[in-house]
Amino acid sequence: MLRNSVLNGISRHRVAAVTGFLLVFPWLMPYEALAVNVLIFGLYAMGFNLLFGYTGMLSFGHAAFLGVGSYGTGIVMVHYGWPWYLAIPAGVILASLFGVVIGWMAIRTRGIYFSMVTLALAQCVYFIFYKAESLTGGENGLRGIKLETIDFLGLQIDLLNPTNKYYFLLIFVVMTLWFVSRVLSSPFGAVIETIRENEKRSAACGYDVARTKLVAFVLSAAICGLAGSLRALHLSVVPVDSLHYLTSGQAVMMALLGGMGTFFGPFVGAAAFLLIEDVVTNITKYWQFVAGAVFMTFVLFFPRGIWGSILHWLRQR
Amino acid sequence: MFDLKLLILQMVTGVALGSVFVLLSIGLSLIFGMLTVVNFAHGAYFMVGAYVGVYALGVTGNFWLSLVIVPLAVGALGLLTERFLVRPLYGRGIDYPLLLTFGLSYVMMDLVRMVFGSDGQPIGTPPGLGGAVDIGVGNFPVYRLFLIVATAIIVAALWLFIEKTRFGLIIRAGARDPEIVRVLGIDVSKAWLLVFGLGTAIAGLSGILAAPIRAVTPEMGIPVLIEAFVVTVVGGMGSLPGAIVAGLLVGIVYSLSSLYVPDFADTSIFVLMALVLLVRPQGLFGRAGLMS
Repeated sequence: MLRNSVLNGISRHRVAAVTGFLLVFPWLMPYEALAVNVLIFGLYAMGFNLLFGYTGMLSFGHAAFLGVGSYGTGIVMVHYGWPWYLAIPAGVILASLFGVVIGWMAIRTRGIYFSMVTLALAQCVYFIFYKAESLTGGENGLRGIKLETIDFLGLQIDLLNPTNKYYFLLIFVVMTLWFVSRVLSSPFGAVIETIRENEKRSAACGYDVARTKLVAFVLSAAICGLAGSLRALHLSVVPVDSLHYLTSGQAVMMALLGGMGTFFGPFVGAAAFLLIEDVVTNITKYWQFVAGAVFMTFVLFFPRGIWGSILHWLRQR
Repeated sequence: MFDLKLLILQMVTGVALGSVFVLLSIGLSLIFGMLTVVNFAHGAYFMVGAYVGVYALGVTGNFWLSLVIVPLAVGALGLLTERFLVRPLYGRGIDYPLLLTFGLSYVMMDLVRMVFGSDGQPIGTPPGLGGAVDIGVGNFPVYRLFLIVATAIIVAALWLFIEKTRFGLIIRAGARDPEIVRVLGIDVSKAWLLVFGLGTAIAGLSGILAAPIRAVTPEMGIPVLIEAFVVTVVGGMGSLPGAIVAGLLVGIVYSLSSLYVPDFADTSIFVLMALVLLVRPQGLFGRAGLMS
């Protein structure tokens, strides 16, 4: 009884619960740069999870939105000297626009076709940014994104300090958590889950499936774009790899490792994936082998993921 | 200045390039048509095929022998994959085999790096297939002609196998309705196993065939996988004629655009795919409704 009420309490106040965890998270990590990475990739996986975990659409092209978010923010800062508070929305909006175009084409297909089409279109985006060298720096990536201090209500915040940077980025993550939570508990959130469970029945109930899918796709792209935008500020460069196929794969791996269709899962998955990468690269350079093997083990034996399995286990007892 | 000879020569180059796409997407289509599994490790089998081929070539010194060894070795790997990794996932939703093979491609890439190192492997044009011949519109590399002929032979053999043999009959029936085939007393899971092995063997074979015209590196399977997906979307999943027509079409579009608009060569095949998606989402030869 007590456990159930605790569980219900957590799921009712899921934003507060996740925020509380993320507030103390830097102390749980071996070093702070890793915590910042988990924050950014957790956000990225959360955007992906909105589409894959909740709407049931497996995209293999979400690197496009992470990368475009990064480039959007980077380009307006480097080439046009925009301040950060305009550059972040610029990245998010550009990623959303790419989301509209890619989504509009990709939702014409279903199931595995959708995965193949999103993968191919993301590769196309990769080539476009790779070729537009004068704007994006091409192979070398976009360099020279500077954000060292922030003037906030007369307060000088030094962002070169990793702790300050973590909490600065956390503000955006918490806002997104709140937003996603609202979306999921809205009627729209219920509709996307009916599409995941049974698309035909959902259409038969009178919902506009194509439009709902497109809206979910663009929301997901916008969140991944925000993650990319924050990543550009964090790294101060945009590597062209952020648009690569393997980066799309990272979102898939993190979301599944953490637990697809769970609210907290993406952050658990991002932390697990980045910790594996961090620990394994200290021992051997073949971390992809370990990451791939762990991922296959989860697909075969723990498809609910880490957080999903814990929730399932708690609810069952 | 418009040069017709150059155009035709470039189109033949495109057909040679497209031959590799044809082989790859036939393997993908074969596996999907029967098992409804999208093999995300298909590019990795292609890459392993190239590496095994280069290794066999180094040991035996005979290119033709390595063309026999590669499909056997890579096909055996495919059989093991289906039996122990993909089979437990049947009936658990279409995404799971896709996710599993995606993870497998990571593992295979790093395994190849462990054995052969991260650098590329050199492979010259096989002896007897070097040089160029005049094909009427200009000189054309012999090896690329060989690629076209080899692909035609493999495709013809596959077509005879599927249309004219008893096992091919089981494949065609199983792709349409596995339930009925099972009721008729045929072990469908054995057919699935063999089809997965066959598809990966063709992927490996196309790897060694393409090795002399592509760089052999552990990552060579990634662009190839994406190109094979483009071909599959254009041609229609599960359709053999679709794979052939779309493979050649994508090859020709790529080589023509790299001649006339080199800056857009990489993106041209995606534009083609986008156009097909807008006009015919199920692909040129795809059946409507197969996707759902």
